[in-house]
Amino acid sequence: MSTLEEKIDEAKNLSMQIVKDSEEDRLMTLSVGPQHPGSGHFRFVIKIDGDYIVYVDPDPGYVHRGHEKMCEYRNFFQNIPHLERPVIHDSCNITYSYSLAIEDLIGITVPRRGQFIRAIASELNRLVYTEYWLAIYGIFLGHSTMFMWPAGDRELIIDLLERLTGHRVTHAFNIPGGVRNDMPYNFKEKCLTQVNYFEKRLKEYEHIFYNNPLLRQRTEGVGILSKEDAIKLGVTGSVLRASGVPYDIRKVEPYDVYDEIDFNVQYMKTCDSFARAYVPYLDMIESCHIIRQLLDKIPESGDVREKLLSNVKGPPGESFKRIESGRGALSYHIVSDGTSRAYRVKMSVGSFRNLLALPFLLVGSKLGDMPPIYWSLNYWPVEADR
Amino acid sequence: MDNQIESSPGKNSIYISHDILKSLVEKYNTKIKIVYDKRNRSKIMVEPENLVETAIFLRDHYGFDHAESASGTDYPKDNEIEINYHLGSYSNQDLLPYILVLSTKINRNDPKSNSLINIFPSVEYHERETYEMLGVYFIGHPRNERFLLPEDWADIPPLRKEFRIKGR
Repeated sequence: MSTLEEKIDEAKNLSMQIVKDSEEDRLMTLSVGPQHPGSGHFRFVIKIDGDYIVYVDPDPGYVHRGHEKMCEYRNFFQNIPHLERPVIHDSCNITYSYSLAIEDLIGITVPRRGQFIRAIASELNRLVYTEYWLAIYGIFLGHSTMFMWPAGDRELIIDLLERLTGHRVTHAFNIPGGVRNDMPYNFKEKCLTQVNYFEKRLKEYEHIFYNNPLLRQRTEGVGILSKEDAIKLGVTGSVLRASGVPYDIRKVEPYDVYDEIDFNVQYMKTCDSFARAYVPYLDMIESCHIIRQLLDKIPESGDVREKLLSNVKGPPGESFKRIESGRGALSYHIVSDGTSRAYRVKMSVGSFRNLLALPFLLVGSKLGDMPPIYWSLNYWPVEADR
Repeated sequence: MDNQIESSPGKNSIYISHDILKSLVEKYNTKIKIVYDKRNRSKIMVEPENLVETAIFLRDHYGFDHAESASGTDYPKDNEIEINYHLGSYSNQDLLPYILVLSTKINRNDPKSNSLINIFPSVEYHERETYEMLGVYFIGHPRNERFLLPEDWADIPPLRKEFRIKGR
């Protein structure tokens, strides 16, 4: 890509000829992570020339556990608990597309009430994940209130999910054929109250965080990922939508009941770190609307799952299903050879795809702009490593 | 705010898929095989030497602009490795829900395939992952190097079928 080279040259020129030494002596190599608290379980090697980053080499893999290989040894149901480990905060979403792919292979449809409960769980999980991400984003920009508030408000939704699924974070709730159990007594009313309260809290984030002049100075105009570059790099989710592409899987390829739900695809055209931080926030507000509609439209009674044998088999074939998770498109490509185990499972996750934008954005920017850029990419190292 | 996507997406995707497959068959006739054509998903199998050419054709004529995923599947019985590129489009409104699987089969004993990195830059890390997981060397890829596995990994590529997890 020519623009990348141009950016490198530009960065070099900016701090040129301060010391007239050889090129290598001028550069300092820094290893960010995996112990660095600002990077998660992830390391990237950067070279700086003065204050400018001229080289970035991401080195993921510190939490690689081979989930794709593990899937080849277990039947379709046994895969659920380990497949949600890559993103425990978004576990209903990461098992959602897996379940859809298996259902497509076997050729079954989930009962209508089950589809609604799935969508509710998945939207609640999106809130939990985004709150967690927002908390980290806040603390790495030095805004400790923005760490405390989302971390506290996240508990509201975790309580709801605990009532619904029985677990606080790793739910193992979505399974091929539907969901594990029905909604508990009085869940609808409880959910409505909590979500309404939560939405009020979200409005306050705007005052304390997004309108904060310090945050705006640090993020606006930083890390520009233009629409053309975003498309070329194939980024997804909030990173893509912050670059002006209104692409949301729930809208473009509605799965389950999403075609009956009325919602907007939130996107921004400023393409900077601020947009990438603001779009997930807008998504959370949109999620609250979606949850209310889902609760309104859910059938009063009915089955929540299609009962399947534990060693259920499908015809040989393959399936590719995707959903919109907290970090973007999350897709599974599953190849079956007709046995009760998958022949090959490939997870294509949002974090892994968005990682490509990291070197592109960091090269040419200042070292101080690293945290706002890195965390705005909505990158979850464990998910990318799988 | 104009938050709605222009025109209703996906309405024409079924016709588009027929259109794409038809024109591909016309262009390459016997060199291309349609594996399946389902709703919003189609899979085509091309010869390894036609892979780059087909990818350029798809990009220039239909606006496929990124790869959702690129992966490999090992078939020791046929002595083959299948490479799959899941191509999608952000810019062509009709293709938003559509995924075209562009695949090719290469020899397992000498696994080399042409890289699509110059056509779809988004395959960079996916191809690098396929290199270390299945041992497929991508010709033209700048870094056929270790990515996710440990630095001291000294075994066969783990997604090959003869690699067994200990205790299983």
